Amino acid sequence: MEILEILLSENFWAAALRIATPLIFGVLGALICEKSGVLNLGIEGIFAAGAMAGWMAVWLGADLWTGLFFAALTGAFFGFIHAILTVPLGLSQHVSGLGITMFATSVSYFTYRTALPQVSSPPRIEPFQPLDIPILSDLPFLGPVLFQQTAMTWLALFLVALVWWVYNRTPLGQALRAVGDNPDAADAQGLSVYGLRIGAIVAGSACMALGGAFLTMSAFDAFFFGMVNGRGWVCIALVIFASWRPGKALLGALLFGAFDAFQVRLQTEVGAFLPSQVFLMAPYILSIFALVIVARRAEYPRALLTPWFKGQR
Amino acid sequence: MIRIEPREAPSRLLTIGIPVLSAMLALLLAAIPLTFAGANIGEAYQQMAKGIFGSMFAFTEMLTRATPLIFTGLAATLAFRAKLWNIGAEGQLYLGAMAAVAVSTGWISGPPILLIPMILIAGALAGALGMAGPAYLKTRFGADEVVTTLLLNFIILIFIQMMLEGPLKDPMGMGWPQSSPVVDNALLPQILPRMRLHYGLVIALVAAVIAHIMLSKTVWGLKLRAVGENAAAALHAGIGVKRTLMSAALISGAIAGLAGVSEVAGLRGYLTTDLSPGYGYTGIVVAMLAGLSPLGVIVAALFIASVFVGADSMSRAMGVSSYLADLVVAMALICVLVGGFMARFTIKITPSNNTLPTNDTGVA
Amino acid sequence: MNNDTVLCLNNLSKRFGTIVANESVSIDLKRGEILSLLGENGAGKTTLMNMLFGHYMPDSGSIQVANVQGELAPLTLGHPQAALNAGIGMVHQHFTLAENLSAIDNILLGSESLFAWRRSMGAAREKINSIMLRTGLNAPLDTIVGQLSVGERQRVEILKALYRDARILVLDEPTAVLTPQEADTLFANIEVMTKDGLSVIFISHKLREVLAFSHRIAVLRHGKKVGEIATKEADEKIISRLMVGADTPSTPKEVLDVGAPVLQLIDLCAPGTSARSSLVRANLTVCASEIVGIAGISGNGQSTLAKVISGLTRPTSGRLEIDSEPVLTYTPASLLNAGVGRIPEDRHHDGVIGAMSVSENLAIERLDSSDIQKNGFLRKKKLKLNAQKLTQKYDIRGPGIESETRLLSGGNIQKLILARVFEASPKVILANQPTRGLDMGAVSEVGKRLLQARKRGAGILLISEDLDELMALADRIIIMHDGELHTAPSHDRAQIGLIMAGEIS
Repeated sequence: MEILEILLSENFWAAALRIATPLIFGVLGALICEKSGVLNLGIEGIFAAGAMAGWMAVWLGADLWTGLFFAALTGAFFGFIHAILTVPLGLSQHVSGLGITMFATSVSYFTYRTALPQVSSPPRIEPFQPLDIPILSDLPFLGPVLFQQTAMTWLALFLVALVWWVYNRTPLGQALRAVGDNPDAADAQGLSVYGLRIGAIVAGSACMALGGAFLTMSAFDAFFFGMVNGRGWVCIALVIFASWRPGKALLGALLFGAFDAFQVRLQTEVGAFLPSQVFLMAPYILSIFALVIVARRAEYPRALLTPWFKGQR
Repeated sequence: MIRIEPREAPSRLLTIGIPVLSAMLALLLAAIPLTFAGANIGEAYQQMAKGIFGSMFAFTEMLTRATPLIFTGLAATLAFRAKLWNIGAEGQLYLGAMAAVAVSTGWISGPPILLIPMILIAGALAGALGMAGPAYLKTRFGADEVVTTLLLNFIILIFIQMMLEGPLKDPMGMGWPQSSPVVDNALLPQILPRMRLHYGLVIALVAAVIAHIMLSKTVWGLKLRAVGENAAAALHAGIGVKRTLMSAALISGAIAGLAGVSEVAGLRGYLTTDLSPGYGYTGIVVAMLAGLSPLGVIVAALFIASVFVGADSMSRAMGVSSYLADLVVAMALICVLVGGFMARFTIKITPSNNTLPTNDTGVA
Repeated sequence: MNNDTVLCLNNLSKRFGTIVANESVSIDLKRGEILSLLGENGAGKTTLMNMLFGHYMPDSGSIQVANVQGELAPLTLGHPQAALNAGIGMVHQHFTLAENLSAIDNILLGSESLFAWRRSMGAAREKINSIMLRTGLNAPLDTIVGQLSVGERQRVEILKALYRDARILVLDEPTAVLTPQEADTLFANIEVMTKDGLSVIFISHKLREVLAFSHRIAVLRHGKKVGEIATKEADEKIISRLMVGADTPSTPKEVLDVGAPVLQLIDLCAPGTSARSSLVRANLTVCASEIVGIAGISGNGQSTLAKVISGLTRPTSGRLEIDSEPVLTYTPASLLNAGVGRIPEDRHHDGVIGAMSVSENLAIERLDSSDIQKNGFLRKKKLKLNAQKLTQKYDIRGPGIESETRLLSGGNIQKLILARVFEASPKVILANQPTRGLDMGAVSEVGKRLLQARKRGAGILLISEDLDELMALADRIIIMHDGELHTAPSHDRAQIGLIMAGEIS
């Protein structure tokens, strides 16, 4: 009975959407990279970098949107390094990505510590506030769910539509899909494989950084070490679950958010019988489970992980 | 126009020289964040060197720090050689430590000769078990082991937390989430008096030598290399690819588990959730710096440990954030990747104009 | 109008490491002309065309292409985009199509502005339809390329070039993947196109179709142009002499008594990658001292057959017997142990491990044997002796037995595989496209070794797309079509061609 009550409450779905928002950014970013043929395991570090850069910009006096811009720019910078290492140099995408995660994380932590040596409580900023949109907010059920969200959630939803449109309706999307399937085909038609792949990684990484920025600029109002806490890796699992489709990516992130919100609420109901850690573990276990059920029939972009060199065919 | 062409055969000098140069370059690049932090660069490097070689104690501290890195570096090396991306050494380390603690906190008693091998075996088994899951999911369902091992690290750490607040909790721990202490007879003895350096280092060195022999001198090693370099051809040649991958996974996990045993029974004496500051992940850098060679892992681990110990002592002396060490380690990885590329390829720059000079002699 | 030159290749040279792929090659092409570029595998045809199309940068030489007004202008080298803009279209041997896009998306790829917010395909569709109508090259435009047949994919490739107003079309071995009948249709389409003023460079090593269909023939050998001749003045003898250098005496085949069956497929069914390539109740017998040739267009079940015999695919029903013993477990190891030697189709991908040494690759199929290992440890000395013996016996040349195998040439890699297979004295030998991509010397070496094994008493299953090779080596020829096996009535080309196409069975 209580379970049904949870599932039908507006608060629950509002929380689900809120939890899903950084993942939507992350999954879209991973999707953009992988569809062009490059895995970006830098995601976990880029989340941290985005979270730090966006927060720091605002803390130093920028407005929130400028802060977001800086977060995206930071993500793009780390993405660019990954792109150079994996595209023209064709280095192992796994190792390069892990290297970017270590690099971006340590740069963020070092910068934060250097700027704020040993403060007792982390300084706070004024984060994004829930957005009230007339008419829409008055809708029954849907209104309150959406009414509790900040502009960043709206931005994430808009990006889902944008990415869908680009990949299904524009020549750029066709070209990006082609380099992820058969780079030779794109090359033979005079498209720049390097340019498209580097561009995709940079754009995708910027998108990932926005997911990180959501943590410090919307979900919370301060930066903590270790706050990303595996969200990036969850996105890598979710993008496989989503079969590299923007719509399914949104669905995957929402399901994940709903599950996470559900376990928190369930914890208050049955927490007495089970240790709290069981609930903390659940999202990661769910991600592995989602990965395993789709793994066999996942249609990977054919050129994923395969470096391509100009003039070598 | 820039073109990338593979070298015929990379010279031996390059394959050894490149990682060394990369490591040095990463150290030099540390000057940038140091400047950013407003530190005197010359003094900072001096402090770092002092932190490593300044005293016998400092030097043994460095060796103590290198011990877990040799284990995790070997774990990554063996797995990566089979193109099995075990990123889960961090979790496997904790599993190993937990198993060691579980058997050695009081309910069994015996002489060290019995207890020490027992905790080593328990830790290795637990580590192997931690990698068995992802390896099974990969060979059976094709689930990407990178993602599963990464996520498993989080799951395991939460699980350890749960154990430390539950069955493994120290009743005398005044409420802290930590395990009961390892009994004296199960502790790895210290090598030198009054120093923290312990026999875990010796076990790590032996493990590196054994790994080297297994990789280069046994049929198993040949199979593992064959599977890693070209799984299709290995399968075609009658090598059991899945079985080889599984064995590589288990051994890799077991070695990572030993890292946990060594830390908990050699250094800490009890288990907490901050046993490892990311040794599992740093092991990947060690393995890459070592060029995936087990003996090279020893050298690479010493270097990385020096960076950590040196940066720690420098940051204490000068007030620069100790995250500098992580930064240098990350830069070392990126440098060695680019360096490895330079060893294998040459970049040729040719003019891109309409007509090229005709080469009449036909000999370039 | 028919005499103006549209393309000049001047003294093009290209080398890869120590291998000279092209040396000072000059060729010109006229409007509406079909020029055949002829040469053995490895003669440098594809390299030459890749330079024309900007995929490779020549080491020296230049290219001139006629612009729309018909005036020759120098072409920027090393840029596919420049070649496209100059009106050069290329259909590669391996299609360059994105399989996750539809046919029309592939055709339009790269022709639209990347930064358009939406696509307007109406005009494009009309243009493609009119090209299809004019040339007879029909393809389902809205189908995902991954679902198209090989012939359809090739037509999409040609449409791609024509859509971009190609005035020069390069076809790299277009008939290798087609049935003889499909190839005839292609030739008819091309003739229509040349009437429109299109010039065609047609790369092939099949004399028959070259003579039937081109206007002029240029022959490459060892990277150099060795002759050029108007087709009406040429005959098979002249051209084959140009291609090969001198008449190669075909190895005379000994007449041998056929022994007992060593390989038998009995009502065997096995899944392939498509319905067309699945084996359907296949029955096949290969006896000792016999070479059985498998002919057919690739993708008709040959790979599935090879995979079953290699132990890589498990049959769904039916039996496989080696030396009259039924095979119970299907793994590569169990079939190796049963006495099957395999020369894999893709020698670089399946045959050797490039990053491992020559001596390790020579031993890799018998790691459990006691002269390779002792208690799990490798016997390095024995490995070395074995490698020294075999590299000498099979004339495997390279930087040395301890160096990486990837540094060997294709021919030497194949010799390494031959050494590994033949030294094990297998009862059955599966040779899958054993001469593909090899030079003449290596080709005759393969033939010689197969005939030696036949004499020794092995049963050999030879899968090849090269009918000439099958006719020279095989005692019997069996044709595969749609996963079914058909016995060839005789060594009769026309009949075999029709069965390959599925016209008669």
